[in-house]
Amino acid sequence: MAKPRDVSDSDFEQEVLKATKPVLVDFWAPWCGPCRMVAPVVEELSEEYDGKMEFVKLNTDDNPITAGKYGIRSIPTLLVFKEGEPVGKIVGFKPKSDMKKSLDAVV
Amino acid sequence: MAGAQQPHDIVIIGAGPAGLAAGLYAARARRRTVLLERAVTGGQIALTSTVENYPGVDEADGFELGQAMLRQAEKYGMATAHAEVTGLEQRDGLHIVRTTQGDYTAKAVILTGGADYNRLGVPGEERLTGRGVSYCATCDAAFFKDQVCAVVGGGDAALDEGLFVTRFASKVYIIHRRDELRASKILQERALAEPKIEFVWDTIVTEIEGDDSVERLQLSSVKTEAASTLDVAAVFIFIGLSPNTGYLNAGYLRGLLKMDEGGHIYVSDWMETEIPGLFAAGDVRVNSARQVVTSAGDGATAAIRADHYITDTFKQ
Repeated sequence: MAKPRDVSDSDFEQEVLKATKPVLVDFWAPWCGPCRMVAPVVEELSEEYDGKMEFVKLNTDDNPITAGKYGIRSIPTLLVFKEGEPVGKIVGFKPKSDMKKSLDAVV
Repeated sequence: MAGAQQPHDIVIIGAGPAGLAAGLYAARARRRTVLLERAVTGGQIALTSTVENYPGVDEADGFELGQAMLRQAEKYGMATAHAEVTGLEQRDGLHIVRTTQGDYTAKAVILTGGADYNRLGVPGEERLTGRGVSYCATCDAAFFKDQVCAVVGGGDAALDEGLFVTRFASKVYIIHRRDELRASKILQERALAEPKIEFVWDTIVTEIEGDDSVERLQLSSVKTEAASTLDVAAVFIFIGLSPNTGYLNAGYLRGLLKMDEGGHIYVSDWMETEIPGLFAAGDVRVNSARQVVTSAGDGATAAIRADHYITDTFKQ
């Protein structure tokens, strides 16, 4: 059971855009309270969706290029990428059941 | 996973300071207690940069203070669950709490659902939420480094968050529909002394414009009705709060639970509602001072009374 691993500006293309499975990216920063609530839920989802999709996180403080490219102006934001394109977006903390609905719609 | 099998003594709805304090007192009274929360532990303070008016705590990160309250209550046995409450019912003298995760049965229920920030209700607001429209400066201000931002409102939250935004933004306009502030004097002094903050008095926002993200605001003077525009990259909205009591306007409680026009619940000095075994504390009640310390006090009072209520009502 792999925990969501960190991705960065430099490996975003390889790890996310070129991935064969859908990838959920958790955009977060250390100073963001609600992000700390999202993280454990994303961890649970990564176990429940193991095999179906990948889960990674990106620190927006350290990786402003990727955050800027996808217009992240609010965190936590979860983006789901499929074949290199963002296909789903969840802004702010949502209950896990809502998150699952959003994921099931795109996976 | 829900607690339908075995009744709880006390179900608490909402994990802000009122609910967390109620949970602490209920758990220490050895009542079987569960705290339900649909979103973030801590409530409004989880989105607050710093809390510096909780006695004995010099200065705390709002999120951390909420987590500390949670750990303290859990230490004494309070359980938690992630669930949104959809309605309340009564059966055989017990309360049934209907949630997205199933039903909970309780001898007493404490309503501590708190309040949510109001929306402006202007064109562009919903479409650009998360794209420059924000209700959480601590979450989003850092994305607007060296840019011009606006804050709407004139209360404590507006000034506190406006001051926080100045850490990142090059300039912060605080747009207020009156010519004086409701905020506490100490926050007023700080905001008026902050060179990055400029007040725009007697003015309301009529529209938020931008293609992919916020680019400008349409403003209107409440005195002269003169229209103007203001170029900003973000607008942070803090224009008051509404209590999370909408779900109580249905079912058997409709008309039974006394509320004011704004949806605040009337309670006794002991935080009792009109319904036996149903208590309300913190921002959901009429005349809440809406402070961490007063909400925590309300929560403790409600839990103490709920403990007595259970003892008196359910004795064998």
